[in-house]
Parts: sequence; C-alpha cells; structure tokens
Amino acid sequence: MKISKSPWVLHYDGSSCNGCDIEVLATMTPLYDVERFGIINTGNPKHADVLLLTGGMNAQTAPVVRQLYNMMPDPKVVVACGICACDGGIFKECYNILGGADKIVPVDVYVPGCAVRPEALIQGVVKAVGILEEKKNKLKQSMKAGYCTVDYSKMAVHMTEEDYNPADQYDAVLTEEALREQAEEKIKASAKPAPKPVAPAAAATPAPAANAANTEKGDKKQ
Amino acid sequence: MNIYMIIRVLLYILLAPVLGGLLSGIDRVFSARMQGRQGPPLFQPFYDVSKLMSKQTTVVNSIQVLFVTSYLVFTIFTGALFFAGGDMLLVFFALSMSEVVMVLAAFSTNGPYSIMGAQRELLQMMCYEPMTLLVAIGFYYANGSFMVDELAKADIPAIAQIPGFFIGFVFVLLIKLRKSPFDLSTSHHMHQEMVKGLTTDLSGGNLALVEIAEWYDVVLMMGIVGMFFVTSAPISILGAVIACAVVFFLETLIDNLFPRVKYMTMLKVTWSVILIFAGTNLLILNVLK
Repeated sequence: MKISKSPWVLHYDGSSCNGCDIEVLATMTPLYDVERFGIINTGNPKHADVLLLTGGMNAQTAPVVRQLYNMMPDPKVVVACGICACDGGIFKECYNILGGADKIVPVDVYVPGCAVRPEALIQGVVKAVGILEEKKNKLKQSMKAGYCTVDYSKMAVHMTEEDYNPADQYDAVLTEEALREQAEEKIKASAKPAPKPVAPAAAATPAPAANAANTEKGDKKQ
Repeated sequence: MNIYMIIRVLLYILLAPVLGGLLSGIDRVFSARMQGRQGPPLFQPFYDVSKLMSKQTTVVNSIQVLFVTSYLVFTIFTGALFFAGGDMLLVFFALSMSEVVMVLAAFSTNGPYSIMGAQRELLQMMCYEPMTLLVAIGFYYANGSFMVDELAKADIPAIAQIPGFFIGFVFVLLIKLRKSPFDLSTSHHMHQEMVKGLTTDLSGGNLALVEIAEWYDVVLMMGIVGMFFVTSAPISILGAVIACAVVFFLETLIDNLFPRVKYMTMLKVTWSVILIFAGTNLLILNVLK
C-alpha cells in the first residue's frame, strides 16, 4: 500500500510572525479538512512523515529543528511554508536570522507566500507526499545495497545551541555516487585502525566556534 | 476443547483486526461528521498501519520491542480466551496483564512524556479495574457461572438482571477505548500537552503493533458488551450486535462532546458511577437471591 495515503505532519515554528502557523492550523478546519487525505497533525516527531517549517531560522531554533529532523524516522520530507521559511523573507537581513529552513535541514518542497494560502499549503504537502513515496523506494533499494542514501554523520554533530556553527551547516542530500564512494571509503578505513570520531572533536570546541560565527556575522554587517 | 472452540478462536484472530480497524475508521468518520468535516476514508486506519510498517523503526532500547510485542500477544490471548468461551475472570486478569506490559514498555523508554503517559495509564487502570472485576461478578450473580460458554446459553439476557453493571461498564469503556473525557494517557485528537503519552517513544513497526492490539481490544470490548444481551436464542445475537453499535456510537458522541478532565475528576467520577450503578445493582441482587 502507498505511504502517500497517510502522511502525518509535524509542524514547527522557526521564528515566524505566526501568520503561516495560523494558516497551517486553518487547513485542519472544516473548510479545508486535510484529514480527507489522511493527514494528521501529530505533535510527535517519532510519528511524523512530513516536517512543516514556518518562519526564518535563527541560532536558537536551528538546533531544535535539526533535532526534530533527526528524530523523525525515515522516509521523511521537509516542507518550508511561507517565504520566510523558504529564504528568510522580510527578516532575511536581520542580525539573528540564519536564513530559510534549507540552511538547517534539507528542504524538499518550498511553498512561498506571506502568509501562505491554505490551498497552496495543501498542494505543497501533496507534492511532498510524492517525494516521500520516491524516498521510500530509494530507502528500500539502498537497504538492499547496504548503504544509506542520506548522510546523517554531518547532521548529528550539532545537536545543542552551544556547538552550532553556521559555517559547516548541512546543505544537501548527497548524490548516490558520492554516497557509494563514501561507503567504499568507510569500508577501506574500517580495515585500518579506526579514524578519529567527528562528534567529540566538535563538542570539545563549542564556544570558540559559536563566537567565531557571531563575529563572522558581525563583520559582514560592518 | 472442541473443534468449534478452535474455529472461533481462529476466526477471532483473523477477523478481529479487520473488524477493529473498520470500527476505528467508522469512529474517525463519525467524529469528522460531528465536527462538520468530511473526514478520512473508511479504510484510513489500515493505510496508517501499512505506512507505519514500511517506516523505519527507531527503538529506544531492545526491551521496548519485547514489551510491545507481548502487549499484542496478551491482547490476542485475552480475546481468544473470551471468544473460545473461557473463564470471564481469567479474561479480565489477562486484560490487565496486557495493559501492564504496555505501561512497562512506556516506562522502559525513560522519556519524560512516555513516563507521564505510563503513570496516567496506571491511574486509568485504577479507575476501570474495579468495574471489569465487578462485571465478571455480575455475570456470576445473573447466571451462576464465570464461563463465557455457559453465560451465552442463558434463558433471559443478563441485562435484565444487571443493568447497573452495564451502565458502569459502558462508562468505563470510555477509558478503555481512550475516549475524550478520559484519554489522559495517550491524548488523541491533537490535545498535545503530553505529546502522545504512552506511545510517544514508539515509532514505525512498534506503533503499528500497538494500533493492531487496540483493534483486537475494541472487538473484545464489544464482545463483552454483547454478552449482556446474548441468550440461548440465536436471534439474540442480532440484538447484541445492535446494542454494540449503539454503545459504540455513544462512545464516539461523548468523545466529541466533552473536553478532557484531570485525573482526580476521572477517579471521582468513575468510582462514583461504579459505586452508584454497579454497587446498587449488586446490593439488590444480594437481597433478592
């Protein structure tokens, strides 16, 4: 049976003005009634398939979004709702805004609008569900082949606010060839003595990284 | 142990998930219509479970899988025992065993929301356990047996003698089916102060197992409701089915009418209802017999 018949949605407000959030909730009302398509608004990342993000991301919400994304079981898709979540919108130049949701997690569908119309939102989720189906098939194939199509090693590093560094943010899902190469490299490396793990290194120098990021941003302004 | 018994158990194991899933779908459609929405398709629960099966299962610890699986197994065992015509008391004891296993599954995860859900589930059990035991006792008073097989061969329906127990049981069913005034431990319907309570840390296949166990549970509960109406006459089964439909509709209606209550209110209300209806009924039976 198709996964697209019951996409469960998790909604997170990055730092929006709440306009888009109200529209997200409006899709649940009798007028739009997204439950027709089996869509349920869950509050639980472990049950969710689709992550709806609203508002531009800032340094405080970035680790939360990342953690929510990491907690969601595969296959999963991310929908950026509203222009702020797409690329920062009118808040783009603000000192605390990192940019759209794609600076933090890989976004699959961009739904622009200020605020986003419920109809557009529903269409976005329906598009996302199509991608979800593709990802599910890909996951199946990759499970057979023995490697994963998504590289999580980059994402698991910055879990807390302190060690978040926008400089080495997550940008995109790697291509299949790149992953295969990476997997082969890992297999080669595992034959040799184990390489230094990434996580402790990042955790050891959290404060300087954050400071550096701040000054970097500040410098740009000046 | 005869061949009919085995056939009934097999029928239960095969058909209960289908029936339970359909009931769950009907529940969702009814709820939507009561709120002026179109609602999901009737087969939505099946779509949900098949999706959950195909998703990645993240497991907090390995013991969680054991507990969730044994929750399903115990629930199936309970229903099989009931539909095979076994001992009513044993049915209810096995039922509480399955609930305890689910609570253990939630406790084992160490997540704050799971633990909160598990604690509330224990409180809910405290509310409905006395009633389930009283139902078994009530049937004994009415027909002089604990065996479901013999209870089903009564001359007059049990409800004629134990209407108080029936009211108490229907009330307690609200807790058992996780309906709104008392869905403290799982928070259905988007009230999310505790995320998803008991099932917060379950995902993918594990959550699907819990859903399937709940389908079995619904069928068992409806079976017990039907027991109040079944007599030796075959036509009484029709009456029992109608009664089940009415009770199920009533539960959905109440689910949509009432907001959730705090646990103290739940304790007070359920115990008062049990005491007033089932207790009075028990007293009258005691005096008459």
